[in-house]
Amino acid sequence: MTMIDSPVTGPIKGPEGPEHHPDHHPAHHASPTPIGFWIYLMSDCVIFGTLFATYAVLGYSYGGGPSPKDLFEPGFVFVETALLLFSSITFGMGMLRADKGDIAGLIRWLLITAVFGIGFIAMELYEFHHLIHIGAGPDRSAFLSSFFLLVGTHGLHVTFGLVWLFVLVAQIRMHGLGEANRRRLNTLSMFWHFLDLIWIGVFSFVYLVRLV
Amino acid sequence: MATEALHTSPPDTWSPIFGRLNWGWIPYHEPILVGTFSAIVLGGLAVLLLMTRFRLWGPFWHGWVTTIDHKKIGIMYMALGFIMFVRGFADAIMMRAQQAMAAGGAEGYLPPHHFDQVFTAHGVIMIFFVAMAFITGIMNYVMPLQIGARDVAFPFLNNFSFWMTVAGAVLVNISLFIGEFARVGWLAFPPLSGASYSTGPGMDYYLWSLQIAGIGTTLSGINMIATILKMRSPGMRLFDMPIFTWTTLCTNFLIVAAFPVLTATLTMLTLDRYLGTHFFTNDLGGNSMLYINLIWIWGHPEVYILILPIFGVFSEIVATFSGKPIFGYKTMVWATACIMVLSFIVWLHHFFTMGSGANVNAFFGITTMIIAVPTGVKIFNWLFTMYKGSVRLETPMLWTIAFIVTFTIGGMTGVLLAVPPVDFQLHNTLFLIAHFHNVIIGGVVFGVYAAVTYWWPKAFGFKLHEGWMRRCFWLWVTGFYFAFMPLYALGLMGATRRMNAYMDTAWQIYFVIAAFGAVLILGGIVCGFAGGYVSILKRKELACGSDPWNGRTLDWATQSPVAPYNFPEEIQVTGRDMFWEMKQNGFKWSGHFHDIHMPKGTSSGIVLAAMATVFGFAMIWYIWWLAIISFLGCVAYGIAHTFNYDRDFYIPAKDVEANESKDAIA
Repeated sequence: MTMIDSPVTGPIKGPEGPEHHPDHHPAHHASPTPIGFWIYLMSDCVIFGTLFATYAVLGYSYGGGPSPKDLFEPGFVFVETALLLFSSITFGMGMLRADKGDIAGLIRWLLITAVFGIGFIAMELYEFHHLIHIGAGPDRSAFLSSFFLLVGTHGLHVTFGLVWLFVLVAQIRMHGLGEANRRRLNTLSMFWHFLDLIWIGVFSFVYLVRLV
Repeated sequence: MATEALHTSPPDTWSPIFGRLNWGWIPYHEPILVGTFSAIVLGGLAVLLLMTRFRLWGPFWHGWVTTIDHKKIGIMYMALGFIMFVRGFADAIMMRAQQAMAAGGAEGYLPPHHFDQVFTAHGVIMIFFVAMAFITGIMNYVMPLQIGARDVAFPFLNNFSFWMTVAGAVLVNISLFIGEFARVGWLAFPPLSGASYSTGPGMDYYLWSLQIAGIGTTLSGINMIATILKMRSPGMRLFDMPIFTWTTLCTNFLIVAAFPVLTATLTMLTLDRYLGTHFFTNDLGGNSMLYINLIWIWGHPEVYILILPIFGVFSEIVATFSGKPIFGYKTMVWATACIMVLSFIVWLHHFFTMGSGANVNAFFGITTMIIAVPTGVKIFNWLFTMYKGSVRLETPMLWTIAFIVTFTIGGMTGVLLAVPPVDFQLHNTLFLIAHFHNVIIGGVVFGVYAAVTYWWPKAFGFKLHEGWMRRCFWLWVTGFYFAFMPLYALGLMGATRRMNAYMDTAWQIYFVIAAFGAVLILGGIVCGFAGGYVSILKRKELACGSDPWNGRTLDWATQSPVAPYNFPEEIQVTGRDMFWEMKQNGFKWSGHFHDIHMPKGTSSGIVLAAMATVFGFAMIWYIWWLAIISFLGCVAYGIAHTFNYDRDFYIPAKDVEANESKDAIA
């Protein structure tokens, strides 16, 4: 093998493809990827759990600075949330197309998902920029440190998911929906819905509860 | 040797090209470091020349660096562990020498600035790069064999995890010669470790090396759980798995549940240092006790991450050398699972003195005592396994007996410390130091030596030299008692940990005895290495078959050394101690072999880890351009790796047949 793996181009199909494992994964050995990815998601969940706990502890330490009521706008966050939730629906539509073997339809829905995701990230960046601009940046108080870290970590995950999505679209265009790409699509789907779930937590505990 | 009265920091500069790195950070005025550096450079050059001379670069690259074979990765983890062990032990013996000298106004030879780095490096290296490397190595090598698998679930990820661990170790070692290491203790409590009180790059070496190595550890944990859940031989139920596999499963659950907390916590500390946030600062709402809670929510499970696989090792050894199935298999499994759960609800006993109040302290004191119960179950199971067995006192068994005695003493002092009022007296004294060395050396280190002696013949086809390994054993065990029993006494007399010097000369004799113990341990380490060297020289005489100890589990059903594919065909498992049963029934391979499907080696792991090392170094020294380039490089290379679909090959059936018949003749 050379230093950089040379990419394979063209469709890979049939039993000669790379996912044909007559010995390595016999019938009773299903692919370990789904469970491995689930375990990864759970470990990621622990990271978010730690950040939520930190927000719970530090979220009232304003250090003489602004509090949630001074900063958060419910309407803005609601639109953000709607964008992300819709992106989960569109991803689901894409998965339905994938089950039908409709690659063009799948890619169309994936790209729509990406548009929603980019919209979400753009709104988050705008919010961060605005907060820093008015002097409510992460270095203002422990409350804002924990806020920026929790929301920012979620945003980084969504950004990573977007990069993954575009890479996968390219790979599906190159190789179609072979077993490997189908597995990757399934794991990306799990990842995307997981981020939605985390966001529901963020929306409720970071924004909503603190505005009531 | 001159001692510096006051340490002066190098000038605080920043340039766009070199960040804050300047000549002042190169310790050419410190003879110890220059000597070490020269020795490493000369030794390294000698190795490079010899490898070139004997044309070993190709075999090294293709056979080891790029390998995704779990057995070779396991051996590389062990090699990393032993190399870092030498470094960590050098730190230990420096501290013992310093404290043996520095009584009643004497200053010793290590100035505080240096001494503080030494004890921090000792703790960090011994836990993260020695103990973790050892247990990951043993789990990697043994577990897939015990469940009859060809490899782990994600072989490439395994290679990547290993190289990320190496990347962290490399950063820690670079700190010896470029800059400095942290001076904050192994868990780096803020505000001392924050931006205001740890200004140099030492603390940043700590953060980035642990973060990078931590990625490897978490991924390896995910990998092993998926392996155990998905890759077992047909017919092997969970309750047919060997105890070691069970402990591996529980340990990796702990890794996956605990290491993300460490990642998140260190990220917050990093942000405090780099972006001026206020998680753990003294001002603007920061809360340093939050750090101490979080780090111990990781830290307490961590000690069980280290000890559980070792319990598994001893369970295998005690059953094999007693010629009996393990006593109380199910209680052993449940005890392991109980320890796994309980280890998450005891963390506060590390800081009873925080002042959470009597009720909170009582809760955590009681949970801590409860955890001694499943541990006691295990001790009795090992004893009852030996009872009326035909016990063979081979070297692994000697380590086991020394472990049972030593670990029990360490466990009892642990229960003492679990009583909050007692802890108020003993908190941060040498009594605590003696306690955790008692369980970590008496448990993990003894267990690693036992495991290496036990599975070495499986890995290489010959036994370790009995005489040298026994010398190693006796020196280690007596050395341990000489080195750490005096620390219990010192702790009761009020000696606190991390002291560079002390006034009370009555303490000095205890420190001298402890230093003598450290010298004995040094002898044990030397004998251990000598044992390895002599055994390799005499490998023809020491050669043994594939089952030298009359083993009971599937790992002994393979050839020694194990073929790349592990098992020529799948084994239909019908119960516990499967290999024992197979031997009773006169098992033979069918001889009708098929092509075996295997994953290909790849250089992606080491390339990514190398870029991560550069990224860590650039962040430590504020070399922003390099940090950006290496980060983007990592991302781009990682993506490029996913475009490679050509990841496997077949070992032809005739090769398998040739290899297996070779074994039959021998």
